[in-house]
Amino acid sequence: MSVAIEAQSVSKIFNAGSEHSVTALDDVTVEISDNEFFTLLGPSGCGKTTLLRLIAGFEHPSSGLIKLHGENISSLPPFRRPVNTVFQNYALFPHMTVSENIAFGLEMQGQSKDKVAQTTQEMLQLVRMQELSDRRTSQISGGQQQRVALARALAPHPKVLLLDEPLSALDFKLRKDMQLELKRLQHETGITFIFVTHDQEEALTMSDRIAVMNAGRILQIGSPKDIYEHPAERFVADFIGDTNFIVADVVSDDGKQARLKFMSGSEIEVALPEELSGADHVTVAIRPEQVMIGVDSGSALFQGNLEQKVYFGTDTHYHIRLPDGELFIARIQNARGQTEQLECGANVGIGIEPDAIQILRD
Amino acid sequence: MTGSNTTHNQQSQLVASPNEPSVESTARGLEVRRNILLTTPALIVLFLAASGPLFIMLFYSFLTPGAYGGVEWKSSLDAWFRVFLHRDIFDETVMFADAHVSIFWRSLKLSFLTTLLALFLGFPTAYFIATRPENRRNLWLFLITIPFWTNLLIRTFAIMEVIRNQGVINTLLMAFGFIDEPIQMLFTDFAILLGMAYVYLPLMILPVYASMERLDFRLVEAGYDLYATRLRVLWRIIIPLVKPGIIAGSILVFIPSLGAYVTPRLLGGGKRMMLGNLIELQFGQGRNWPLGAALSITLLAIVMIALIVYVRSAQRTKSNRVG
Repeated sequence: MSVAIEAQSVSKIFNAGSEHSVTALDDVTVEISDNEFFTLLGPSGCGKTTLLRLIAGFEHPSSGLIKLHGENISSLPPFRRPVNTVFQNYALFPHMTVSENIAFGLEMQGQSKDKVAQTTQEMLQLVRMQELSDRRTSQISGGQQQRVALARALAPHPKVLLLDEPLSALDFKLRKDMQLELKRLQHETGITFIFVTHDQEEALTMSDRIAVMNAGRILQIGSPKDIYEHPAERFVADFIGDTNFIVADVVSDDGKQARLKFMSGSEIEVALPEELSGADHVTVAIRPEQVMIGVDSGSALFQGNLEQKVYFGTDTHYHIRLPDGELFIARIQNARGQTEQLECGANVGIGIEPDAIQILRD
Repeated sequence: MTGSNTTHNQQSQLVASPNEPSVESTARGLEVRRNILLTTPALIVLFLAASGPLFIMLFYSFLTPGAYGGVEWKSSLDAWFRVFLHRDIFDETVMFADAHVSIFWRSLKLSFLTTLLALFLGFPTAYFIATRPENRRNLWLFLITIPFWTNLLIRTFAIMEVIRNQGVINTLLMAFGFIDEPIQMLFTDFAILLGMAYVYLPLMILPVYASMERLDFRLVEAGYDLYATRLRVLWRIIIPLVKPGIIAGSILVFIPSLGAYVTPRLLGGGKRMMLGNLIELQFGQGRNWPLGAALSITLLAIVMIALIVYVRSAQRTKSNRVG
């Protein structure tokens, strides 16, 4: 698979040189493949939208290069880049109808009238908006506006489609539908999608790969499963899903495996990231749903006191106070015929497999 | 619903539930009734100061001129006859009133050109101000209004000083050897055009700016993103969206230009008359008040017809786009 978009050590500093200078992107390097659904995930202000705007051409990098299929496009204006954007609030032209909006990009490309009309029809069909093609954009609902914005951006058949938090304005149900719709469109058109969001669930369910960003840097790039199960840094583990953080001493390490000793005294052998070889203590992340709990039998990795049970329908959260005072949260599915009933105040044991323990780079 | 306010439409569609509108409209009705009272003083002033004199003018235009100005209380259609037609003193032949028609024509032409010039100068200015950071915009608007602090007469004399034969421009051009003898600028149509555009420019900038400020600049970015060059973004996105401001500004500049008096009088040197000067002439030296009144009413009619045509055509383009 060839590379569609390539950012090479891209930095963006706003108001450079003045006292208000802001580093929005700090030496970001990333490669995004053809036909990939790539997500930039991070809290607001992490630089994800800036990176998107640099790719679209609305901003130009302070340093570094942006390449499209190997060609440097860093200095091209947006109207010379075969890249289209779906804006956060859609930015549909209010003085045009639905079909005029979709046809706009095609007309600007100088396509013939017949070609424009034909492609517009295809796009209306693709997003199922044929009936409303003559409506003004103010006369359709938010979800419909979203679909028109998508059709407008897809109509000129860009090499890359940029989506700037396009679902954030929709309500929950509609957002779920649109997530599936986006996946379908990406599949049908075969266009590279670069999707910006701060919603970790959205990122996990839709993406082929995710880049987690914070403070202008990319912290980790990987598949949703990678990012979720093997977060490299505390920020990533914390930002995506719920996590228990526990400090452990390193008893021994051979560069690949480390023997960790917890406050509870129990020891376990886990995989060690290369660069952490030689450290004395490490922080590990343990996902709440990747543990087992039961009546304390002495053989569990941790023991604690069950303080609270919170029922969530599909699962129950157990709040367990560890001897060192830290709170550990375990999430157990409410399966049918679950026999063991744990009562608040009981001493419980927490069982954890070695591959559920992820050592963080911090 | 084809309201021009997009966001309002969206909100009302999303929020409105079946029984809310009636409650809301009753409340709004009460509020409107209460607020009408607030407009009463303004309405009284408008009636006394605008409509009243207008009716007097209309009435006077059907009377006979008095020998030393004023009117005689004798009805006559002579004034209206003389607005467009001219009877020769010697052989009584009726001809088109060339002099009047040419003044009407010059007024229309100069007002149109003034509006165009003000738009050309005002639009980029408004765009510039609207794209400044929010806290700096008021400063720029304030600067735009500074000329209003000075009396119109003084500003007009200042222009004369700049463009007259021994004025700033000609002196400089001659000093640098670009020209050998001064260019005649004062007492030309150009001078009138320049003066009027200068005086009425803020009336163009302010409404265009008001529209531009509401413009969502993400739409401009969307245009660039969809392969539109700068010129096409201007033509296809910015201008259609700020059109209400352009229309308002054009009306605000065109109407006072058509009736301008001081500027053409001073910069046109009295020879290059516009309608305002012609009307003044009838009430002054001409001692023909009914003709002056008839000319005034004609001016009013021209303005109204121009407005109606303009608004109609604006509406038509809008409905075309919807349909």
